[in-house]
Amino acid sequence: MSETLAHEDESSAESERTGEGVEAVLRVEDLHKNFGGITAVDGATFGVERGSMTGLIGPNGAGKSTVFNLVTGIEDPDAGTVRFQGEDITGLRPYQVANRGLVRTFQIVRELPNLTVFENLMLPAKAQGGEALWRSVLPGFRRRVVDEERALRDRVWEVLEFFEIAHLAEEKASNLSGGQRKLLELSRALMLDPTMLMLDEPFAGVNPTLQKKLLERVEELNDEGRTFLVVEHDMDLIMNHCEHIIVMYQGRVLTEGTPADIKADEEVIEAYLGSEI
Amino acid sequence: MTERPDLRTLASDLLAADAAKIAGLMLAIYVTYILVGVILGYSPGGMVNTLRRLTFLVAIYSMVALALNLHWGYTGLFNIGVAGFMAVGLYTMAMLAKPAVPTGGAQYAGLGLPIPIAILGGVVAAALAGFVVALPALRLRADYFAIVTIAFAEIVRLLYTAAPFQEFTIFGYTTGTGGGRGLLFNFRDPMVGLYELPIFEGATAFVNRFIEFSPSQAQAVLYTAVLVVVLAAYYLLLKRTGESPFGRVLKAIREDEEATNALGKNTSAFKIKSFMLGCALMGLAGILWQFRRAGITPSAFRPHVTFYIWIALIIGGAGSNTGSILGAGIFTAGLFEGPQYLRRVIGSQISVGQPPGTFADAVGPMFALNFQPIVAYLFNNMLTLQFVFMGVVLVWLMQNRPEGLLGHRTETAAAVPLRRRSDETAEALAREETEEASDR
Amino acid sequence: MGGPLMAAIGESYSRGRTVVEERPFEVLVGLAGLLLLFDLVSGMATGRYSVSRIGRFVWDGLMYGLIIGLAGIGLSLTYGILQFANFAHGDYITSGAFMGWGITYVIAGWGSANFGHLLLVAPQGNVTGGLLEIGITSTPFAVLVGLVAAGLATILLVLLLDRIVYRPMRDAGGIPLLIASIGVAFALRYLVVLVYSARTRGTTLRQPGTAIPLVDGSLLVDAHDATLLVATVALMVGVHLLLQRTKLGKAMRAMSDNRDLALITGIPTERVIRWTWIIGGGLSGMAGYLMVLWTGTIDFQFGWLLLLLIFAAVILGGIGSVYGAIFGGLVIGIAMRLSLVWLPTGDFDLVAAFGIMILVLLLKPQGLFAGRTTA
Repeated sequence: MSETLAHEDESSAESERTGEGVEAVLRVEDLHKNFGGITAVDGATFGVERGSMTGLIGPNGAGKSTVFNLVTGIEDPDAGTVRFQGEDITGLRPYQVANRGLVRTFQIVRELPNLTVFENLMLPAKAQGGEALWRSVLPGFRRRVVDEERALRDRVWEVLEFFEIAHLAEEKASNLSGGQRKLLELSRALMLDPTMLMLDEPFAGVNPTLQKKLLERVEELNDEGRTFLVVEHDMDLIMNHCEHIIVMYQGRVLTEGTPADIKADEEVIEAYLGSEI
Repeated sequence: MTERPDLRTLASDLLAADAAKIAGLMLAIYVTYILVGVILGYSPGGMVNTLRRLTFLVAIYSMVALALNLHWGYTGLFNIGVAGFMAVGLYTMAMLAKPAVPTGGAQYAGLGLPIPIAILGGVVAAALAGFVVALPALRLRADYFAIVTIAFAEIVRLLYTAAPFQEFTIFGYTTGTGGGRGLLFNFRDPMVGLYELPIFEGATAFVNRFIEFSPSQAQAVLYTAVLVVVLAAYYLLLKRTGESPFGRVLKAIREDEEATNALGKNTSAFKIKSFMLGCALMGLAGILWQFRRAGITPSAFRPHVTFYIWIALIIGGAGSNTGSILGAGIFTAGLFEGPQYLRRVIGSQISVGQPPGTFADAVGPMFALNFQPIVAYLFNNMLTLQFVFMGVVLVWLMQNRPEGLLGHRTETAAAVPLRRRSDETAEALAREETEEASDR
Repeated sequence: MGGPLMAAIGESYSRGRTVVEERPFEVLVGLAGLLLLFDLVSGMATGRYSVSRIGRFVWDGLMYGLIIGLAGIGLSLTYGILQFANFAHGDYITSGAFMGWGITYVIAGWGSANFGHLLLVAPQGNVTGGLLEIGITSTPFAVLVGLVAAGLATILLVLLLDRIVYRPMRDAGGIPLLIASIGVAFALRYLVVLVYSARTRGTTLRQPGTAIPLVDGSLLVDAHDATLLVATVALMVGVHLLLQRTKLGKAMRAMSDNRDLALITGIPTERVIRWTWIIGGGLSGMAGYLMVLWTGTIDFQFGWLLLLLIFAAVILGGIGSVYGAIFGGLVIGIAMRLSLVWLPTGDFDLVAAFGIMILVLLLKPQGLFAGRTTA
């Protein structure tokens, strides 16, 4: 088993090299998507380097959120492929993508409003035996489920404490402030122990204090080796914290490079200015 | 000082609180109806009958409301075809259980299977019907899902009414739905074994020394007691379902299906399972509801049944198991049986006079300030008025108490209570601390 | 020369293959439909099916379809603009029919029976529509006044119910409104029973008609068929003109498309909603009246039984679309009657109609006229 896996990794790694010969954990190839005659994504191609903090920027309507949806299976692409860790994940359902270690957050936070923060975090944990109905219900098996839940409870507390929202554990998610909800969503995504996190405007509408906290957590997780792909409109944040930036414009990748490259790129400036006029 | 006993007391407190609510409500209902019985001059036997019938209805409606709560309260599946699934359960059971050789007035043949197997067959059939509806309808919006389920229920009722299926032969077996004429239940009551037990006969004889109590009454009481036990099983099953990782996913789907899917849960599979389980429970309730009747016609499964259950669920507040039972109790005692008894009580105290034949004859005299005819007319048409009232109550609830009469629910979506450290860790920590202390 | 042609064939072939792969169920249902159509045509050509019998089915289906379509306009408009499935719509139809027929009875039976008794559409057995010789040819005035009265009375009823029930819940969302409408449906239905009684009664006298010869028999079309046809088509044209030629139609379309946007752009939403109820209520009351004129019987549940068929039509046509509702009504009506070519009689035509609706919901939930809301 492990041998074939290793073999696959090797062969795929060959094709998953980015320009500098570093492995791309996510590889998007020639992605297309139309909505009723309007082209949202028009041949987007890019790679995200393993362990990197990559920014995805572009003017409104450039197709960033659609790319997120196509990669995570919320929408099916009309054409093109998405490969994650060497595996073709094009057209997989969102839950299949998430279970492979690629987890996203949403531009408008999707908390589960009537569940508590604690329950929100309990939900995504993988391999919960109690998700099989009969185990949760039958007497002898229920005990094991309860044990599993205890273990999970400890993990949830750790994550809550890591994000410093443990004091909110018993709150209904709907009672949280916007910034707290962003923290909740990120911490919830972390419960899946993802290889890569895709954050859609994680800092929008978050007050500076919480923003700083959120950023620290993201960097800490990045240092652990988790890959990040972040859509963000705040240019300073992107330029200061991302090592690699992909610029999208009209459904395609306009250019990519280091923050310095991007700042110097006239095409990018034009794209942004053009969209504003 | 371990936390375990605290946990237990906490849990039993909670259970006691819910059980107390239900017991309190039932007690209030019983007392009210005993008073009614006294006013109406019921014999002790009649009184027992009244209370038994109430308990029977509350138990059945509670079961269905609990099942519907799994669909709507937990999973957000808007099922308004409840009657259809109950019908599938009951009809399948009857067709499996009826003797293969029809005798006497029992027109149509069945498969002659033992009752427990027939009941199981009915429950499985209801679950499969749920599968057939849910599988394709999963992606639909709630209102479309509702329309599909009610169309399904009407199709079921029409098919059970249809003449071609009155009697048919399939794979060499002849069976039938009886069409509009319905089916007679000419199979042996499996409860007979219980009735023949000495303990039952002894108890009946004992009660008979004080009040007149026929064996058939005693059997009905025993059957109702069995139903209460079944209801307790429903409650426990659904409580466990709700307070488990499985139930957590259902509640998450209710809140936001797409987000739940993006968090790694195969939401379609969960929805199908939840729907099938609920339908199976509805099928069983349908069987238990009509089991002791002499027979069944399709008109028993008109959309009214679904309407009743929805009122009960909304009174109790969707999402709460205890609420479902309380709602069923309030609905049965207040809205379903209440008006009839109220009519009898009023009728026994005052004479409202001869009712006029038509509404016009009732309204006309009002212009001459004679209100007797209208009162008598309404009084005489209490059964009709009752439906109007039920409709008004549903509207009022949706306008003023969409969360249920009992207010906001607190629901748990985990198999363990929320605490900082699991018991083991806490114990281990406590032990370490004491060891450290003693080391010093 | 053959190159481009071959390429074109190849392309359409591969496109066809993609359709089959992506929408296998739609293709399957389409094939089944074609097969039935083929069977129908070949059956009529070879004499296997009686042409006049099928003619009868189509004509009946058309009549049904017109009623469903007319009643469906109102349901579709409220569904599109108020964003909820109104389960009380069927009982608006029943109530309207009773109120209108009460007026018809009073006019046609003036002096022959007690006024109150007539106004309640003769709840007790001594007077019937047949006895009063009611019909479009015998008592045209009573029928026309009754039709108008049915529309007006239903408008009042519907506005009253909106004021009491739905207006306080404007922002409650589609599901609470739907549940409330089920409550309204039951309350209204049993109020009808309370006032008019639960008895089914005959309302009209048999009308003269002409037999249209059809290959192996004839199709009898009577004066009430003609009345139904003329009245429904006239009302549909009226609605069309109202929605196309007035600002109201534009505002309704805007609200149906995007209610929030309409609010922002200063469309008087409450007024638009009121007109939606007026149009929808009036049409449903008149549809109920015409249904009773056509079938010759009235009872307290006919509207409710019609409701699921109306939902089927509205969903088939696309929610919010007036033309969709009419088209959907005709398709459902005709398909339902035609299904009796293959299905045994009994209520199997209803089963077929509900089945079609479920298929539509599963295959094309946005309806056939999707994206062309209201007009």
